[in-house]
This record gives sequence, structure tokens and C-alpha cells, in this order.
Amino acid sequence: MNKAVVEIRNVDFAYDDILVLKDITLTIEEGNFLGIVGPNGSGKTTLLKLILGLIHPLRGSVRVFGQAPELARHSIGYVPQHAEIDPGFPISVMDVVLIGRLGKAPLFGGYRKIDREMAEEALKEVEIYEFRSQHFGTLSGGQKQRVLMARALVGKPEMLLLDEPTASIDGRVEQDIYELLKRLNEKVTIVLVSHDLGFISTYVNRVACVNRSLVCNPTEHVTADVIEACYSGPVHMIKHKCEL
Amino acid sequence: MFEFIHVLQNQTFMQNAVIVGLLASVACGIMGTYVVVRRVVFISGGISHTVLGGMGAAYYYGFNPIHGAFVVAIMAALLIGFVSLRYHQHEDTLIGALWAVGMAVGILFIYKTPGYNVDLMSYLFGNILMVGRESVKLVACLDLLIISIVLLFYKRFLAVCFDEEYTRLQGIGVMSTYLLLLCLIAITVVMLIQVVGIVLVIALLTLPAATARYFAPSLGSMMILASIFGAVFTTSGLIVSYEQNLPSGATIIVIAGTAYIVATVLKGLVSRFRSYDKK
Repeated sequence: MNKAVVEIRNVDFAYDDILVLKDITLTIEEGNFLGIVGPNGSGKTTLLKLILGLIHPLRGSVRVFGQAPELARHSIGYVPQHAEIDPGFPISVMDVVLIGRLGKAPLFGGYRKIDREMAEEALKEVEIYEFRSQHFGTLSGGQKQRVLMARALVGKPEMLLLDEPTASIDGRVEQDIYELLKRLNEKVTIVLVSHDLGFISTYVNRVACVNRSLVCNPTEHVTADVIEACYSGPVHMIKHKCEL
Repeated sequence: MFEFIHVLQNQTFMQNAVIVGLLASVACGIMGTYVVVRRVVFISGGISHTVLGGMGAAYYYGFNPIHGAFVVAIMAALLIGFVSLRYHQHEDTLIGALWAVGMAVGILFIYKTPGYNVDLMSYLFGNILMVGRESVKLVACLDLLIISIVLLFYKRFLAVCFDEEYTRLQGIGVMSTYLLLLCLIAITVVMLIQVVGIVLVIALLTLPAATARYFAPSLGSMMILASIFGAVFTTSGLIVSYEQNLPSGATIIVIAGTAYIVATVLKGLVSRFRSYDKK
């Protein structure tokens, strides 16, 4: 068994009085390519935010690289949904990626040469270097996604967390993104959240299905059958519960 | 026009007015850019209106109203900033309350101040022709302060405005950076109040930056362009108001607003034309 990167034990989480996650226990190992799936509003993004330490569990514990999540942030690269970013913001691709160096750059003044070099390297890694001087808002969805991935990679993370990396991206580009992630997975642990299952199964090597609680065994290696079984079954059950 | 130039050459009040207008445009271009991209127009409006409370109190107790304005503007910026980050869902209610209560307190103080209350109108609508040498020096110093802080924290301010959550993940103190930014906005608001008054300050803070946004690819270029627009709007507003014998603050704002609307329409036409071209 590989080294555990993330250990989530018996975690409950609630927004105000609404329980979003219930008794979640999940271990993510080094080198995993884990897909967290589940329907909309099932608590997938909440789970990512718990790992990042942006929010704290009501009960239970979250450890990342054996530490409290806040202390492990420098080892994590986070890729949020690009749709939440204002496309009218006057900022170049390069400046977006440089934000990934902010924590390591000097407090005052501009970025150093080394920061710029690392940003260029990250842009090359995700194959978007030629767009470096362009206005971020003018890029397509897939290109924006790559820029945000470069921003996450520029901090040299040991783990990448991606929130719906293929939302509002067409199928062809989606495939490119997953191929890129597969390549990155040779070096880093990857956790990605997605509501759509069709594609994910070809690339991930483990899957965890969240729907308030963790409804399928994540240690199992993924086959189409496993996904089918853990997704469609519980989804129907939850729907019935909602109608009551 | 010739009359204006003649007055400008011979009268210190007009020289002061033009210089204060130009100096205030610098701060207005820089901080207005942050107000527009971070979408804190309502927060800035809240700060500027709350300021009347400070001005009224200072006036009543015999202090310089501008000093009262600075104290209250900084307090309002810190309070609103804290609430907007920590209790986001109550942000607009709190700003609305501060906005109205600040103004009400100011009006009560001014009402209770013995003597003829001539100053109320000039607080509300500004009177740039009344500014003295002292104000010119003060505005110049504040410009220097704002420029140096923005140069020091440029990349942090950019990050906080662009993606607050990611900045927090970088281990940066988002709250302190955001509060510093709001304090600089508060200082700018007080500077601009002397030019156009409390009621119109929000327009002068946002319109040059909003117009510049259509043409600027980066935050830095947007600041420079917004400062230039601000300078053009205030100076041309002064000229027109002097020539036509109109209130200066309102004239400046009407010019700025017209320029913004024209730029918006032009931008819309250009992008429509381009998408038509592609087809």
C-alpha cells in the first residue's frame, strides 16, 4: 500500500443546519487518480474544500500529508471552476499563473525572475505558452481550464485538486484535458470532482461516489460495472427520499 | 474659453481648483480601477455617505470637517470590509444602514450647529472653487501615499481582486489586504468629496475606470487610462461650468456619465460588427 496523502475520518459537515456530508471516511494514496462523482448538490465541492482547509468539519478529522489541511496547502494545487471567474477582469494569462507564486514571492513589489520562469514552464507543461500575453477573459473554456491548471502547477504541488475541470467544455477538448491529466498523474496525485461519469472511468484509477454519504467503496479498482452499480442505484434511492 | 484661461492665469481660486482636480484624478484612476474590478461600488457608496456623519460632528465641535471625514471614512471602511468578508450574506443590509444613519447623524449635527448652515450644500454637492492651498497640499500628499502603497502591494491587490479564495490558499492574509485596499478607497473618497461632494463622489470614482476598462488589457493600463479620463472630465467640467455659470460638481459628472455611455455604445457596436465580420 502506498503512502496515504489524504485521510478523512468520520467527517460530518453542515452549512447552517443542513447536513451536507455525513460520516465520510476516505483515504487517498500517493499516485492515485481519484474521481469523486455524484449528482449536483451532493457535497463533492464541499469535500474538496475540506481537504483544502477552507472549511472545517463539524465532526471527525481531515489530515493532509499527515498535517492539518491549512499547513499542507503549499503541497496542493487547486483548480477551481473557471466559470466562477469574471471574464471581464483585465488580467493577462501570465499574471493569472503568477498568482500561483504569490505565497513564495517577496512581500513587496513585483515577482522575481525565477517566479516568471516557473510560470513560463508551467504554461509550457499544459501547452498554452503561446497565449501567455493574451487577456484571460478572451480564451475559450478549455484554454482557461489549462491556464488555471498551470497556476496550480506553478507551486510544484504533490497533489492536484480539480473541481469539475470539464464543465462547459465540449467533448473533444474534454478528452485533451483528461489526456493531459493522465500525463500529470505520472508525477502527482490527482483528485477530481465531476458530476458526469461517462468519460471519467477511462482515466481515473479509483472512484468515490458522494451523495451526502460515501456510497461506494473507493478502494475498489474501477470498472464500468462498479460505476454503474454505485451511481444509478443510490441516486434513485436519494430521489425517493427527497420526495417524502 | 478665453475667459476661462484669463481667470486661470490671474486667479488663485481657479488655479487651485484645476490642480486639485488633476491631482484627485490620479487617486481616482488608481482606486476607481479597484472599485470597478472588485465590484465594490456599493461599499464605496456606503463609505462616502457615512462620511457626512463625521463631517457634521467635526463641524459641530469646531474641527475641520475634512478631518472628521477621514476618521469616519476609515472606520466605515474597516467595519464594512470586515462584515463583507465574514458575514457576506448581511453585507448589503449593513451598508444600507450605515449609509442612511451616517447621513442622518450628519444632518442632525449640522442642524444643531449655531449660525447659518451654508456648508451643507457644499458637502453634499462639492465646491471645487472653494478649495485652498492647504487642500492642494493634502491631496498631493495623499496621492503619493496611495501610489506608494499600491506599488508595494500591487500583486497582492491584484490577486485578492481576481480570485480571493485562491489567494487565501496561497497563505496570504486576505482580510488584511482587503481592509488596506478599502482604507485606500476611503481616503480617495474623501479627496474626491472636495471636488464633487458626497452625493456625486461615487460617479467620479467609478465612471473614469469603467470607461477605461473597455480599452485596457491590464490593471496597470486601466489605472493610467482612468486617471487620464478623470483629468479630462474634471478639467473640461470646470471649463464648461465656468463658461456657462453652472455648478461644477454636477457638470463634471454629466460629462463623465456621457463619455461612459458613448464608450459603452461604441464598444457594443464594435463587438457586434466584429462578430458579424467573422460570419
